[in-house]
Amino acid sequence: MTNLTRTPALALGDDALILSHRLGEWAGHAPVLEEEVALANIALDLLGQARILLSLAGDEDELAYLREERQFCNVQLVEQPNGDFAHTIARQLYFSLYQQLLFDHLATGGSELAPLAAKAVKETAYHRDHAEQWTLRLGDGTDESHTRMQRGLDALWRFTGELFEPVDALDAPWQTLRDEWTTRLTTVLERATLTVPQGPQHGAWTAGAGRQGLHTEPFGRMLAEMQHLHRSHPGATW
Amino acid sequence: MTTIAPEESALEAVFDATVAADERIEPRDWMPDAYRSTLIRQIAQHAHSEIIGMQPEANWITRAPSLRRKAILMAKVQDEAGHGLYLYSSAETLGTSRDELLDKLHTGRQKYSSIFNYPTLTWADVGAIGWLVDGAAITNQVPLCRCSYGPYARAMVRICKEESFHQRQGYELLLALSRGTEAQHAMAQDAVDRWWWPSLMMFGPPDDESAHSAQSMAWKIKRHSNDELRQRFVDICVPQAEALGLTLPDPDLSWNEERGHYDFGPIDWTEFWEVLKGNGPCNAQRITRRRRAHEDGAWVREAAAAHAAKHGKADR
Ligand SMILES: [Fe+2]
Ligand SMILES: [Fe+2]
Repeated sequence: MTNLTRTPALALGDDALILSHRLGEWAGHAPVLEEEVALANIALDLLGQARILLSLAGDEDELAYLREERQFCNVQLVEQPNGDFAHTIARQLYFSLYQQLLFDHLATGGSELAPLAAKAVKETAYHRDHAEQWTLRLGDGTDESHTRMQRGLDALWRFTGELFEPVDALDAPWQTLRDEWTTRLTTVLERATLTVPQGPQHGAWTAGAGRQGLHTEPFGRMLAEMQHLHRSHPGATW
Repeated sequence: MTTIAPEESALEAVFDATVAADERIEPRDWMPDAYRSTLIRQIAQHAHSEIIGMQPEANWITRAPSLRRKAILMAKVQDEAGHGLYLYSSAETLGTSRDELLDKLHTGRQKYSSIFNYPTLTWADVGAIGWLVDGAAITNQVPLCRCSYGPYARAMVRICKEESFHQRQGYELLLALSRGTEAQHAMAQDAVDRWWWPSLMMFGPPDDESAHSAQSMAWKIKRHSNDELRQRFVDICVPQAEALGLTLPDPDLSWNEERGHYDFGPIDWTEFWEVLKGNGPCNAQRITRRRRAHEDGAWVREAAAAHAAKHGKADR
């Protein structure tokens, strides 16, 4: 494990860990039984990715359960609360499109992340397809679903700029990824009769700083819940 | 039924012969109305139990104490959703629909297993549920793999495989706690103390008080009586508890050489009937949450239907 891989492994591992956790919160609440299965599938894939990535950077449980909020370096997008189903789908669409493009790139490179990326890219293609299918159904479904889907996309738009901020020691053509992401997103949203949000892709001063350990308020509560039991029994094995 | 009596009695003779020969009744075969409605009731109750049963365990997904345990638990809860899917599909082969059955669940006209009206108070409860509740479910369900109704029997084969996986994972979780710190051991013992008796109640009332048993046995929907299955479960659990280093909360548990079975103490049937009537610790919470998920999802299901109608695709 070179020090050079630690930062990217943590960044991408935290993204997967935190999004998996948020998706896990849907268990028992999904709008149809098929979505209980689908959302759990995605959450499990992401958790699998997180475990591999965090293990490249250290001990997976120490990293997940014993770091403080300021030490997590996931993008702020993934920590955003679930909201309604449309909000969750918007978050998933933004993230899966980005993750697939990035992993596609990493899979063909020679870094220590290449094997993981090559495996994950198939999973991510399914996640993206799932999000796209729902974006089409909700965007071009009823008036209510259209409104909700657009609202979800708009609300999360200000967290999308951070996806393409360069990560230390991670060699990727960030601007090209960003352009490709925008093109693909535009195609999906147009088919879904939705509009690409127009506002800034970075918000107030904290927005876009998740990679530097600056997070949004809901994140601390999420971590408190996630880490509580593990921290209550120091040194125990489970 | 519009069928005239002589034809019907011929059909009934075919049905009886099929059941007697231990062959399977399939969806297109003629079957008595009461057989059909008994199966719908039983399969629906089983399906509802799978989806309500997701709640007590999902309660711990966000707090699972290691990433490995979190992955196992998420996969388990996902399996239960999958079981619900197969079971609603097998009920649909009898001429009902998932929507209709869910509506009956939400309005209290159909039940789910009372075991899920107990709360999961600590992490060890996840282990106790896997070991005891999935364990009891397997004991109940393995004979259903030979049920006379084909689609139900086939669904049970698949489900039982996954349930035995859950049972082993639950056992392994408890073993890790039992051998862990003092606090972890105490947590495991407390969970077993709370789940043991409700698990024994999962086999239903004693044989002489069981409303539907005799007819179901004759139809080979059911193969063993409630008390037989309960005894089988106790006999399996006692040595496993010893191996876990945990005790079962029953001072009367002892090996009976003559019977070749463990004797066990009296079950509190008052508690059983009270929980069944709706007075358990979580009845209201479970059904409220289920209804809310369904109501919150209504606009999503409507959107999917509207999209499918516009684009000529059958999808759900
Ligand atoms: Fe199940
Ligand atoms: Fe199970």
